[in-house]
Order: sequence, then structure tokens, then C-alpha cells
Amino acid sequence: MSAGTLYDKVWELHRVADLPGGAIQLFIGLHLIHEVTSPQAFAALDDLGLTVRHPERTVATVDHIVPTTSQARPFADPLAEAMLATLEGNCARHGITLHGLGSGRQGIVHVIAPELGLTQPGMTVACGDSHTSTHGAFGAIAFGIGTSQVRDVLASQSLAMGKLKVRRIRVEGALQSGVYAKDLVLHVIRTLGVKGGVGYAYEFAGPAIEALSMEERMTLCNMAIEGGARCGYVNPDAITFAYLKGRPHAPAGEAWERAVAWWSSLASGPEASFDDEVVFDAATIAPTITWGITPGQAIGVDETVPTLEQTESDERPIAEEAYRYMDLRPGAPIEGLPVDVCFIGSCTNGRLSDLRAAAAVARGRQVAAGIKAFVVPGSEQVAAEAEAEGLDAVFRAAGFEWREPGCSMCLAMNPDRLEGRQISASSSNRNFKGRQGSATGRTLLMSPAMVAAAAVSGHVADVRRLVTAPITPEPASTRA
Amino acid sequence: MSATPFPAGPIQRCEGCAVVVPGDDIDTDRIIPARYLKCVTFDGLAEGVFADDRRERAGDHPFDRAGNHGAAILVVNRNFGCGSSREHAPQALMRWGIRAVIGESFAEIFFGNCLALGIPCLSADHDSVLALQAAIAAHPGAMLQLDLDPPQVTLEADGVSSAWPLELAAGPRRMLVSGEWNGTAQLVAHDAELRATARRLPYLSGFAAA
Repeated sequence: MSAGTLYDKVWELHRVADLPGGAIQLFIGLHLIHEVTSPQAFAALDDLGLTVRHPERTVATVDHIVPTTSQARPFADPLAEAMLATLEGNCARHGITLHGLGSGRQGIVHVIAPELGLTQPGMTVACGDSHTSTHGAFGAIAFGIGTSQVRDVLASQSLAMGKLKVRRIRVEGALQSGVYAKDLVLHVIRTLGVKGGVGYAYEFAGPAIEALSMEERMTLCNMAIEGGARCGYVNPDAITFAYLKGRPHAPAGEAWERAVAWWSSLASGPEASFDDEVVFDAATIAPTITWGITPGQAIGVDETVPTLEQTESDERPIAEEAYRYMDLRPGAPIEGLPVDVCFIGSCTNGRLSDLRAAAAVARGRQVAAGIKAFVVPGSEQVAAEAEAEGLDAVFRAAGFEWREPGCSMCLAMNPDRLEGRQISASSSNRNFKGRQGSATGRTLLMSPAMVAAAAVSGHVADVRRLVTAPITPEPASTRA
Repeated sequence: MSATPFPAGPIQRCEGCAVVVPGDDIDTDRIIPARYLKCVTFDGLAEGVFADDRRERAGDHPFDRAGNHGAAILVVNRNFGCGSSREHAPQALMRWGIRAVIGESFAEIFFGNCLALGIPCLSADHDSVLALQAAIAAHPGAMLQLDLDPPQVTLEADGVSSAWPLELAAGPRRMLVSGEWNGTAQLVAHDAELRATARRLPYLSGFAAA
């Protein structure tokens, strides 16, 4: 059993009561909501005759259903309009802050909460969205929940939960130039499997993790869920505190010093024990890309699609399904595979440093003929900062479309989607069958820089050959 | 679509025909594609269950085969329900008629979402699940009896009764059997405990001086 880890400490601090069924009632410090998974929860609250216990601890935005071309109201899609109108009504009725379109603070929920300083170390964070694991980057315990649980958090600011085991994923060494947190996490999932993390929280640690910027840590924790781990986290450190300082909801003045002391006390100490530990070497990781229909079906860009003989016996049926669906031959190289659509954005990779990395590849080059390439900033703030440093112009000059913020083509609940058998190079998080809106559409997951490399090459390309200098300093201008 | 009432109260057993959806890592985007999430109630979700898989199979998907209409017990393989946290997935299954799921393993959020609806997800080892799936295939339309305490499933066919032990962690089992799986009221009732917890979390008071 784990002990002395950040997970154990935060769990104990938020433990409200033992429930008769054997679950623990856990206090939720920050509740984030959006238009897709909250309307039924508010309706259920009404049915029970309950109100929102802590409206000041719930924060809303709209992201999944918003169009990224024109965000004028009413939306062309009446269902999308009804969902946003319902969210607006529920927030107004219950006194919940909604960061709506045009507020300057709207964006993908997992992008805006960190940039507003809402997400802080030592919190429990819940949201009706599986990528809530993102917030673990701050040393928070953050996890996705379903709509019935959204109802419970609204009603009680708490949840019935079971405690997870803790696996430390220790990454030694340093990432090569052109290799990013996205590649690292795809490599981890490829190695441990998409169900390897079920029942675990992942603590990411070691020199390669400590060297990551906050935005890279968010990418890493974002995809913990794709490895089956409901939450992943990084212990808070000087990089965490530097990111938080001065943000709108971060503590200030004397409170700041007290906050840093408390946050620091929560990190897993040298005496911490874990249920399991796995060690990786960052230096051996290549730009990594999925070839199949689960995020675990990933290979280095310089590798070939695994043959059945190279695949564990229990993974062979889904490998065969992936060959058919993706129309890929076992043993074929992935580099050089033609793509149709290139998408840069999402809660995984829609932040300023992601756009900088992609722009560094796009600068002075042209999107290849016949390819649709577009960039969707993760939030209005990311868009404003990117525009202030001219990234939109770089992308436009290269032939990319520059869009309005939202979830866009990560999940096709808005007008952005694949058509027919199109194949996309995507900086998002899921390559499931049909995920990007066409029941036969195909997705290759990769880093934003790799998406840009594919866009200008017309096919999957090794970004290390296009860019030589490191390009992802922590954004310095992200203070709102 | 579902004729039986949705789960309510203590859930000790479940009886009905089974539908087998084989395969590992079946994600919630496949159970209910995202376009069906454009709604503000769960009411119409049954029609979207496995929509893209069913179209691909052109009538030959397990949820379309005539013999499976009215099935209450879904039998799956490993890591069922992975991916998105959308409760729309178990809601769609429930509205189609599913009242229990048996499989090799389940994604955690899916398992919890099912629990919150009173739908038990029970697991068994690989060989047992394959044997159960084979027995169901050999006896189309046979009734299954699923018990939660102790967890096991029994199939009666041709005068022979075959049983497989199942696993369900003690906590969720107690919640289902006692009827305390829908525990909003229980959480709300712990008012004093909630206040006490809030008092020891410095971020709730903006790290004010002690």
C-alpha cells in the first residue's frame, strides 16, 4: 500500500466520512463543468429538490459544441445552441461563474482552469470529462466523473470514491530535441498498455519530468486516462509555483508564501512508498505516433507497424481489427504515410507552447497540396497571446487555417470532423474508431510539431529532420 | 427498447437473456458516438447505442440480431467502457434494456457510472468469460440468473445448470445489495463532516493567516 505520497496526503485531507457501502466520501475542492455533461445533473438536482452547496467552488465554460469558424449566436446547430443556453440558464440560476464566449476567458475547460490559476496544488479537482487528469500537472488529485457524480458534487461538494493504488513512473535522462511530453506519454501508454493503469493513480517523477514545463506536464497528465489511470500527477515544485504566481485566482501577498509552504509540504517525500514503480529512459524515446485504434497502438516514427508476431497474443485480435480499419499493412513504415487533414489543438496540445512548437516547423514552409490543415487555440487567452507574438500570421502564411477556441475535431461534437475515410494527423488524445466524426475516419495521434511536419510534408514525417533547435520555453507572457 | 423499469432500490439479482459483444478495449465513443451527446436529457439515447458499429455490421451486430431483443445482461471482454467519461454510455445501454454487465474487466469511470445507475459490472477471468460466451452462443435465448451475493451467474439450458463465479468488490456489492448505490442524500446528510473537512483546507479560505 502506498504511504507518504502526494496522493495519500491529499486524499486524507479531503476525506469527509466513511460511507456505509465501503466507499469514502471525498471533498472536492474545484468542480469544473461544461455544456455536455452538466444539463442532466442540474435536472436531477431539481428532481431531488436540492441546491448547489458551494456555487463558488464550481466554474463553468463552454467548449465541446462551439463552432471554431464563427461563434456568433445563435449557433447554426439548434442542438448546440440549446446546450449552451441550458448551461447559461443553470449557471445564472445557481450563481455559478460561466466563462462564456467572448469573455476573454472562454476555452477548453482543461486549458482555462490552469491559466486562470483556479487549479492549484493539493486540491481535489473533478469534472464531467475524462481529461480532468490534466490538472494533476499541478500536484492536484484530478479525475473525470460521470453526470450522476456531477449531480453529487453540485449537491454536496463531495463524491463517493474508492482509493486508488499509486504507481510511480520514473523517467530518467532527458528528452531529445524534437521529442515532447506527447511523445513521452504515448511511449508510456504503448509500454504499459491502455488498461495498465486501471486501479492506479500515476505519479510522474524523475529528472525528465522535473525538467518539463507546466504546459508539458499538463499534456502528460492529460493522457494518463488513455493509459487507464484515472488520475496522473506531478509533485509541485518551483516550476509549478512560477507558473501560478500572479494568475487571477492564485493567492497573492502574504497568502502566497503560506500557500507555497503548504503546497510544498504535500509533495511525495523521500520516505514515500508506492504500490508499483516503472522506470523509463527519456533519451531512448523517439517522436511517437499511433498507427491503430487505441492510444496504446503507438510506435516511434522510425519504426514499422508491428506484425502479429511482434504483438502479445492477447493484443492480436485488436491489432487485426486495427490493420483492417486503418488499412495498414503489418511491417509497413509509418513515415511517409499520406494524410488528408492536420489538426493542431485540444486539451492535450492546444496551449501556447504547443502552438509555438508547431509554428517553428510551419514557419517559412507551405502546407502540402490537397491537405486541410487548421490550428485551434485552446482558449481565448491562448489565442490572444499567440496572436500577440504573430503565430497566427506564421500559420496563415504557411496555409493553415487559424480558428476560434474550442474542442474542435478532437471529438466531433461541433462542425469540425473528418469525412469518409480521411486520415488525420492530430495533436488530440484519442484515435478510437469514429472518434473524429466519421464512422470510417482514421486518426494518427502525435505531437503538435509532428502534425505541422506532416502538414508541410503531405505525409507522416520525422520532425527531428525539420527542426534542430529546441523550441519550447515556458511561455513568459501568460499572466492574465 | 427497454420495457422493464430502470433500477431502483436494493439490487440482489438480475434475470434475463444475454447479449454478447465480444472484443477488448471497446470505448465509450463506440458505445455512444459523440453526435448523440448533443442533448440536454438522456431520454433518446437508446437509439444511439453502438450506432456506428451497428451500421458497419449492417444488421448483424449483436444489438440488432432478433434473438437478442429484450436482453438484460451484456457480456463483454476486457477493458470495456474505456475512454470518455460520458455517462451517456451506460445511460444508452440501460435505455436499450441492459441491467447488468459481465466482462473480464472494466474501465474505472464506466464502472462508477454504471454503479450510480444501479447497473452492476461483474468480472470473471478470461477463460470463464469465454466459456460463458460460448455457452450463451450454444443456447440462444437461454435465461441467465445473476446473483450479487455471492456473485455468480447461472445458465439453465437443456435441463442442465452451469454456474460461473463472478467478482464484484465488496464496496460496490454492499452498495447495490443494500440499495445505497444512489447516495446523493447520504452525501448531503454529512453536513457537519463536510464543514469540518472544509475548515482544514487552507485554500478554501484563500490561505488566510491562521
